[in-house]
Amino acid sequence: MPAALSLATLAGPGPNPIDDLRQMLALHFMVNAFRAGTIVAVLAAVVGWTMVLRRQSFVGHTLAVVSFPGAAAAIWLGVSATAGYFAGSVAAALVIALVPRSPAGRPGSQESAVIGTVQAFALACGALFISLYGGFLDGITGLLFGSFLGVSDDQVLVLGVVALVVLAVMGALGRPLRFATVDGDVAAARGVPVRLLSVVFLVLLGCTAAEVSQITGALLVFALLVMPAAAAQQLTARPILGLGLAVGFGLFVVWAALSFAFYSPWPVGFFVTTFGFALYLGAAGFRWAAARWPRGAREVDRSSQARSGELGAAVGA
Amino acid sequence: MPDPLTAPRASNPAVRFDGATARLGGRDIWSGVDLTVEQGTFVAVLGPNGSGKSTLIKAVLGLLPLSDGHIEVFGQPPGDGGGQIGYLPQRRNFDPGVRVRGVDVVRMGSDGDRWGIPLPWGKARRARDTRVDEVIDLVGASSYADRPIGEVSGGEQQRLLIAQALIRSPRLLLLDEPLDSLDLPNQGAVATLIADISQSSGITVLIVAHDVNPIASALDGVIYVAQGKVVSGTPEDVITTETLSALYGTPIEVLVTKDGRRVVVGQPDAASHHAGAHGSSHEHSHDHGGHG
Repeated sequence: MPAALSLATLAGPGPNPIDDLRQMLALHFMVNAFRAGTIVAVLAAVVGWTMVLRRQSFVGHTLAVVSFPGAAAAIWLGVSATAGYFAGSVAAALVIALVPRSPAGRPGSQESAVIGTVQAFALACGALFISLYGGFLDGITGLLFGSFLGVSDDQVLVLGVVALVVLAVMGALGRPLRFATVDGDVAAARGVPVRLLSVVFLVLLGCTAAEVSQITGALLVFALLVMPAAAAQQLTARPILGLGLAVGFGLFVVWAALSFAFYSPWPVGFFVTTFGFALYLGAAGFRWAAARWPRGAREVDRSSQARSGELGAAVGA
Repeated sequence: MPDPLTAPRASNPAVRFDGATARLGGRDIWSGVDLTVEQGTFVAVLGPNGSGKSTLIKAVLGLLPLSDGHIEVFGQPPGDGGGQIGYLPQRRNFDPGVRVRGVDVVRMGSDGDRWGIPLPWGKARRARDTRVDEVIDLVGASSYADRPIGEVSGGEQQRLLIAQALIRSPRLLLLDEPLDSLDLPNQGAVATLIADISQSSGITVLIVAHDVNPIASALDGVIYVAQGKVVSGTPEDVITTETLSALYGTPIEVLVTKDGRRVVVGQPDAASHHAGAHGSSHEHSHDHGGHG
């Protein structure tokens, strides 16, 4: 990777990667950055995979953006920024949940206009809180584009506990949530509470967006929430394999990005996003190539011909 | 053929409507409906767009409270108690981007409503997987069940969805326009599949159809919904000039072709509904009443 080479000469990690790693992890703030990044990567991959399947990426982005005014307001009011992130995103999730949907419970139809409105207003509120607080120009870059410096032990603990709760609820909702996502009408007929599930999922998504925002910044949340999940879904339609791939991609992106950012003056958000983007491009390219040169293409052709032959006979009869 | 909709039987009928009235948005969709669907019969629900065919299916599912009268399903209040109803809603097609395999969609029919995540091993899991393979095989979808469902054709999707509806071995199958949006060869093939299932398994099948002709030869009965009223009986009794004219309150003509196909002419709001000798008239408006 040429980018890696130029960075190496720029920031100067040593020739032995083990030494570099030891040097990096000797610093407590880097250990905390890795802990927080790992927690957030796993959570974002699992929730993001479901979000991509539900086609609620726009909602996910909005919930992340709304964490920015939440955090800015918290700083202005002198309370913890972590609390502000969660308050902003979860409140927005509940507002969006109140928007009436199409009868079948399909996300994304008429709600997008409302969501766009909420998002713009939230960004503007963030700007207002920043100016009310006054001064604070360094902090705004961190809020929007991410910072891995100064993740405290307490913050790691909060991230971990919230992630565990969200993952536990995701596990409990597992099958019905997927059923409602893919096949809402039948799920409803089977007694699955489709509407309730969608509200609960929005709240989980809000919590996740708030967690990810604290590492990647409010505007780059997609690097962890969408990119690993979307790359995994390019590669496989199998649920367990897909989730596993998404988590693996997320971890790779975070660990690599933190390592590069440590040895470089560039922001961590840039690296997270770049690695995520590269993974997605790679996965999309792989799928494109696989579709052009499918294994056993001839067999498929032959069986579909045989099938249409049978259909012809059935109709002619 | 004995009239299956009225002939007395010892056991409970599959479905019984007793003075049932459905009201949506301040309007009676249909009212005072009495009908009986005996167990093991294959019955079509016909009628023009917006007449309340889907509403009738939803009422059987218990998804729509009645404003008057009542409905029994196997002697019980409506609803899918214990998985005895298999349901295929109207017009589901999965767009090409849906990254879920056909086999997963079928599997959801089996345990999608249970909380949690399934264990990937164990006896229950093996039994479920065997059953999934069985129904996929039954509908002839084995060769494409492992592909993402958005990538297979409309007819193939419909077969997978029928497999999903069958997976819990239901006693009653409710199919809402399963032939709609399929091309002619697939209409014929899927209609044959449904008729075979009803004949070989003894499952009661209620099928909402746009065009009676692809399924006409296998039908035991017809429920005709129009103008807020419902008439039921054998196709020969119901799809006639006299019955339909009385139902609509305006002259309707039913033509019977040489090969026994029935073509309804002069329907007030959907002229080509039951026209349907092969290939002649498949330009029906794909516009549904919006009461779904």
